[in-house]
Amino acid sequence: MTVLEAKIELTRGDFRLSATLSCPPGITCVMGPSGCGKSTLLAAIAGLAVPERGRVTLGDEVWLDRARGIDVPVHARRLAYVFQGLALFPHMSALANVGYGMPEVPRAERAVKAAALLERLGVGHLARRRPRTFSGGEAQRVAIARALARSPRLLLLDEPFSALDRELRAQLTALVRELVAELRVPLVHVTHSVAEARQLADQVVRLERGAVVARGTAGEVLAGITSLDD
Amino acid sequence: MTWEPLWLSFQIAALATLLSVVVGTALALLLGWRRLPARDLFDAVISAPLVLPPTVLGYYILVVVGNSSALGRAWEAVFGAQIVFSFTGAVIAAAVGSLPLVVRAVRLALESIDPSLIAAARTLGARPRRVLYTVVLPLAAPGIVAGGMMGFARALGDYGATLMVAGAKIDGVPTASIFVMDQLLGGHDDQVFAMSAATTVFGVAMLYFANRMTRRFHRHL
Repeated sequence: MTVLEAKIELTRGDFRLSATLSCPPGITCVMGPSGCGKSTLLAAIAGLAVPERGRVTLGDEVWLDRARGIDVPVHARRLAYVFQGLALFPHMSALANVGYGMPEVPRAERAVKAAALLERLGVGHLARRRPRTFSGGEAQRVAIARALARSPRLLLLDEPFSALDRELRAQLTALVRELVAELRVPLVHVTHSVAEARQLADQVVRLERGAVVARGTAGEVLAGITSLDD
Repeated sequence: MTWEPLWLSFQIAALATLLSVVVGTALALLLGWRRLPARDLFDAVISAPLVLPPTVLGYYILVVVGNSSALGRAWEAVFGAQIVFSFTGAVIAAAVGSLPLVVRAVRLALESIDPSLIAAARTLGARPRRVLYTVVLPLAAPGIVAGGMMGFARALGDYGATLMVAGAKIDGVPTASIFVMDQLLGGHDDQVFAMSAATTVFGVAMLYFANRMTRRFHRHL
């Protein structure tokens, strides 16, 4: 069983993040008000932000250990990251976006694999089109397809559904749930939405001002809470 | 009227643009690197050709590539020809003048790239070089083309620095701008008018097509 263990201590100006996470395969929702450090925590796990102190391990792989001077570069960490703004490459077709994460696969095979992933996510018809022509929901699906193309051992989602309407959000959360069950990898999902966390999370971690204030099942952590922004 | 000066100016400007786009893009990338020591000073030195009188710029180029300089001697040892008073010298003079315009345009383009696109490429397994070639440069391409256009316009019209470095004529032919000055001094007003008009039409046409090309490029993004 691949478990993500992360201990991150990072300071940016006045802000200080000090958090410990343990995520078994399944969905961990990291929740908290804006500016509590959710996205920074995700970036530190991915290696996009470098903490002053910390350790990140995935199963038996050590990705970061500041004390021992280990810092595996981002490109060598086999993870998938879905950004808040999705970050689809605007100059590439959906097919090329999805194929980007598998350069080692021969070109023809890559196109077939990418097309199959787009099909799987219900956006096969977009293969030749560029991101600026996608609707919000279509762009999310392409972004998820691109993330899955790397056969990741860890999935990181930074509020990718926040701009969607409720129905679309429900569809995509159901899809994510299905994919994670299939991949059997840890997924860390940063979200504002209490409803989304209730629907998705195997574990909920609440952050406030850079520190973990609660962790447990959605029922335990979110009992009686409707919104975290108050 | 002879077309040779215009053709010579075009060749010089085209090669100078190529040179300044390659070097300028590399410098813009370097200046975008946050940990570069003395970045502001470096930036100011690269921009200096914008504020220096062309003769001063020409003088500095002579100091660096002249026959008694290390670079000038090395060039002569390898290619058997000197840089000053040659076509190569004219290209270098025009390129140095164009360089700051290219660097500025490319820097703006680089700064406007959404950092999450670069982060996304990295999380998708791309090493820095692949990020550069597949994400950064393609997204900066309209800015690189725009910089090249301005650089070309600047190179086409260069007078002072070219005169200092390459002399009044290259293999007996002056550049278009030097030709205009020569004819004016010689009282050949018809020649002055003809070459001025030809240079204007040519320059405006080049910029017009380059503009259209850039727009088409943008539409693809």
